[in-house]
Amino acid sequence: MMANRQAIGTEYLIIGNSAGAIGAAEALREVDRHGVLTMVSDEPYPAYCRPLLAKYLAGERTVDEMLFRPADFYAQNDITLLSGNRVKRLELDSRVAHLESGEQITWNKLLLATGGVPIVPKMGGVDKKGVFTFLTLEDAQAIASFARNAGRAVVVGGGLIGISVTEALTKLGIGVTIVEMKDRVLNTILDEEASSIAEENLRQAGVAVITNHTVSEISGQAFTEGVVLDSGEGIPCDLVVIAIGVLPRTELTLNTEIRVNRGIVVDLYMSTSYPGVYSCGDAAEAYDFVYAANRVTPIWLNAYIGGRIAGHNMAGIRTEYRGGTTMNALSYFGLDIAAAGAVTPSDETNCEVISRRQDGIYRKVVLRDDVVTGMVFVREIEKSGIVFGLMRDRTNVSSFKQGLLADDFGLAYFPEELRRERLRTPGSGVGSRSAALGEVERLVSGE
Amino acid sequence: MNRVYVNEQVCMGCGLCQVYCQAEHSMSKDIIKAFNRDLLRPLPGLRVERKGPVCFPVQCQHCDEAWCVYSCLTGAMHRDMATGAVVVDRDRCVGCWTCIVACPYGALVRNTTAKVVAKCDLCPEREVPVCVANCPNEALMVGEDRCGSPNWDCHRVEGGTEAG
Repeated sequence: MMANRQAIGTEYLIIGNSAGAIGAAEALREVDRHGVLTMVSDEPYPAYCRPLLAKYLAGERTVDEMLFRPADFYAQNDITLLSGNRVKRLELDSRVAHLESGEQITWNKLLLATGGVPIVPKMGGVDKKGVFTFLTLEDAQAIASFARNAGRAVVVGGGLIGISVTEALTKLGIGVTIVEMKDRVLNTILDEEASSIAEENLRQAGVAVITNHTVSEISGQAFTEGVVLDSGEGIPCDLVVIAIGVLPRTELTLNTEIRVNRGIVVDLYMSTSYPGVYSCGDAAEAYDFVYAANRVTPIWLNAYIGGRIAGHNMAGIRTEYRGGTTMNALSYFGLDIAAAGAVTPSDETNCEVISRRQDGIYRKVVLRDDVVTGMVFVREIEKSGIVFGLMRDRTNVSSFKQGLLADDFGLAYFPEELRRERLRTPGSGVGSRSAALGEVERLVSGE
Repeated sequence: MNRVYVNEQVCMGCGLCQVYCQAEHSMSKDIIKAFNRDLLRPLPGLRVERKGPVCFPVQCQHCDEAWCVYSCLTGAMHRDMATGAVVVDRDRCVGCWTCIVACPYGALVRNTTAKVVAKCDLCPEREVPVCVANCPNEALMVGEDRCGSPNWDCHRVEGGTEAG
């Protein structure tokens, strides 16, 4: 049957409208001001800050206050945003996207920035009223309205999303119990020491934490009345949030030639195995320089930068991704933590761990062959960025590694040459002032 | 785009840059009042490092490839299109500190009271930033960045010109 309406033609089609999609759109527009750019998103809003959902739920931010870009972003950048619309199917060889609304879009370059979907385990009672996931604004709105009549909640999963929803619910006066399957909270991003500090902090805030257990069933009639743990213990509650993780959303690649492992596999140009089709963000499996392998790292920063690389490449500027790794700043219940990379060494032989803990301040770096491959900073996090920068740059730190955890650690610890390179100091050596002036335009100095 | 450069050979670590920075960003903008009377003493947008004979201030480099901007969860950290400076919109900042982990210079500071990040804004109301204007030894300079910032996230391998 012939298509009953004409397809919309676009140079660039971005499926998704979060960090990766915006990163790509901004990079595209840096290079190509005029190529037709269309974005499709099943969420009916402009891009918003997903990590702020907890602030929204806690009543600290309105939807308007959590928009990721100014309201006129799409107009300013000549972007057609088809929001509240879902791409149903892709025809790669003819480069046609079929939308749920019946429309068709033909593209020249395609980006799959489709994000992730929450993992919901198969357990009894998961379809009862009062059971939620926490990934979208719609989820947060549903929880917010349900929470008005809720007194006790169980959060299944003690990861980043679990802790953030716990903080929001606590602020609403709801008593929360976290049930974590592994032996400690935040186990994928923190080491044991930092996890125990975080857990103690949760308990001090009045949160109950149960580790080494899972929820095997949600009890109640139509509405949730409690959960049953694998131990048989019951915990009464009227609200359950399932936060055990997110899987790459790859359904559009089904029955296509696009290679998918855990996520959509991309090369260093964020290109999938199908020419002209790119991917980034939580949907993609991109290069992780710590593990020297492709991995899914569902991190806002990696999504944005991956999108940026994809955007440049889509616009014809060949740009190589240097890889990303896990990196998180946590600030929950008044406790600030920065962590990145592999925080627990996998291979003891080549690895070295340096750590310090005093007065509740904890710092740790993991080195492999004198290159930083992991770090954790608890409470004092100001210098974590310098360490993360060294990690990102794969800098050999052998000459100053003992200083990495010093209270006064900074660029002063770097070898002079490295410091000059970092600070891009004009000229070098004593008396180089005039040389410096030659290199830098319009220098103005003090009186 | 401008940024502040330091000649560490000339810096004597007096810390006046930091003092003037704090005063400039205080309510009163008066150096005595800012440290003596203002209820909320502002945080400095720079940090003086001292280690043995080596000393120099570190402030935001207003990088071309600004990781703090890329990492910002809310869009608060952004580039001012008019001046090219990397600035933070305090109303949009939620104090998640992701930018602090992203900044390879350690140039961002937590304002834990206001739950917003503090940084160098190049003193938008002045022609010359106060730290530069008040450096007694002329160790600080402000100027157009022609060296370009290191491309932390990528390097262009072929074709095209530098974008942005």
